Amino acid sequence: MTIETLLLSITMAVAAGLVGSFAVMRRMGLAADPMSHVALPGIGIALALHINPLFGAVAMLLFGALLVWAVEGKARLGTEAIIGVLFSVALALGSMMTSGEELIDALFGGAGVLSWPEICFGLIASGAVVAFVVTQKNRLVVMLVSPDVARTAGIDVRRLDLLYLETFALTIALGLRFLGVLLMGALIIIPAATAKRLARNLTEMLVLAAGIAVVATVAGNWLAYSLHRETGPFIVIVAAACFLLSFLRR
Amino acid sequence: MLEVDRLSIRFGKVEVFTDLSFQVAKGKSLAVIGPNGAGKTALFHALIGSIASEGTIRWAPDVRIGYVPQKLDLDRDVPVTGTDFLRAHPTPARRADAEISRMLELVGISKEAGESSIGILSGGQFQRLLVAFALLGNPSVLLLDEPTAGVDGPGQKLLNELVRRLQEEQGLSVLFISHELSVVYRYATNVLCLGNRHACFGPPRKVLTPDLLSEIYGSTVDYHVHDH
Repeated sequence: MTIETLLLSITMAVAAGLVGSFAVMRRMGLAADPMSHVALPGIGIALALHINPLFGAVAMLLFGALLVWAVEGKARLGTEAIIGVLFSVALALGSMMTSGEELIDALFGGAGVLSWPEICFGLIASGAVVAFVVTQKNRLVVMLVSPDVARTAGIDVRRLDLLYLETFALTIALGLRFLGVLLMGALIIIPAATAKRLARNLTEMLVLAAGIAVVATVAGNWLAYSLHRETGPFIVIVAAACFLLSFLRR
Repeated sequence: MLEVDRLSIRFGKVEVFTDLSFQVAKGKSLAVIGPNGAGKTALFHALIGSIASEGTIRWAPDVRIGYVPQKLDLDRDVPVTGTDFLRAHPTPARRADAEISRMLELVGISKEAGESSIGILSGGQFQRLLVAFALLGNPSVLLLDEPTAGVDGPGQKLLNELVRRLQEEQGLSVLFISHELSVVYRYATNVLCLGNRHACFGPPRKVLTPDLLSEIYGSTVDYHVHDH
């Protein structure tokens, strides 16, 4: 594994842990899974246009987050149903547009050397995700407790919600090459869920979630490299082992 | 401070209330009463702009609203402490540790309780934490949605007296929803009753006649005003 790849996987893991902390606290832990389906038609379109599939996936994920946000604002009831329909359609379109092998790569992460544009995108996007959570964590906490209280305290709740969803979508996109969209959901949720069991306050939660995600990513990479296997499943298994260990604590 | 003129709220085809008009002057308090489903909380949501309404809501231009919602649904194991929550207030000058300790003391929350997860605080403690958060914004008006529901006797007294003291010292205006008529009589300058057919507005002793109470609550309300 090259230094760039290691660096990229660590920043990606930090981003996943931080975003996941708020996803778990907001009880939207399962949203990563349907949301990730949106990446597929993007990959299909990008392949048809002969551009890097990663960028097609990113564009579609960001668009998907915008769509969820718009639906949330319009229809208070039935949001889940609409998201369910929307993302199943995305999965159907995506599988129509991509070949079997490309689909497997997108879902579970692909092998191969990362290109420089991919590395640059990964580092910048991870940096942006980390910066967003670190600078907005207080506002996100107030919104988590009560959007109405946040509104009266001068927080633009709708805007913050959109930014959070876009950050969440970007984080899923980050995992595309390493873990694939399906397993990226696990790296967002499992370390955060583990941290939630162990942490006593917000700082501990964020530090533990990011730390566990990094440990899972590095150890998973190392195990996969040693055993000559795909990295994604190993990362998820190490994260899940941390989660199980957290039950020993209390 | 606040002028509401012919305010109507509807959820889909259901009209919650129509043509509601009232005013709140600076430093005064308004109690909002009525049976469940009369639209008390919806009125507060309209006042803070979180739901759509028809009619006019006019706040004073420099108003700072502190809002204390009704019971919230939080995970018991959410790792956010009371101190974390207060420290998250977006007014930066208010985040100093000394200010947060002072505020916890003011609302009667111990240091230990302030360091525990907001998910395991009792209803009353959490309610007081929300009051502390609202006060950190240095509000000119407080909106309290059943602030003492689930709070024990001494806690209720502490909250009511705290609010009254802030009114006297800082000219705070207060709007509160309450089911306890004794509190309404004691603390409210005016009362707004939302009920089955018609709304009333005026000083409690004038407008809260037994007939009206039985009309808005739909049955006989056993209540006597004690003149001390």
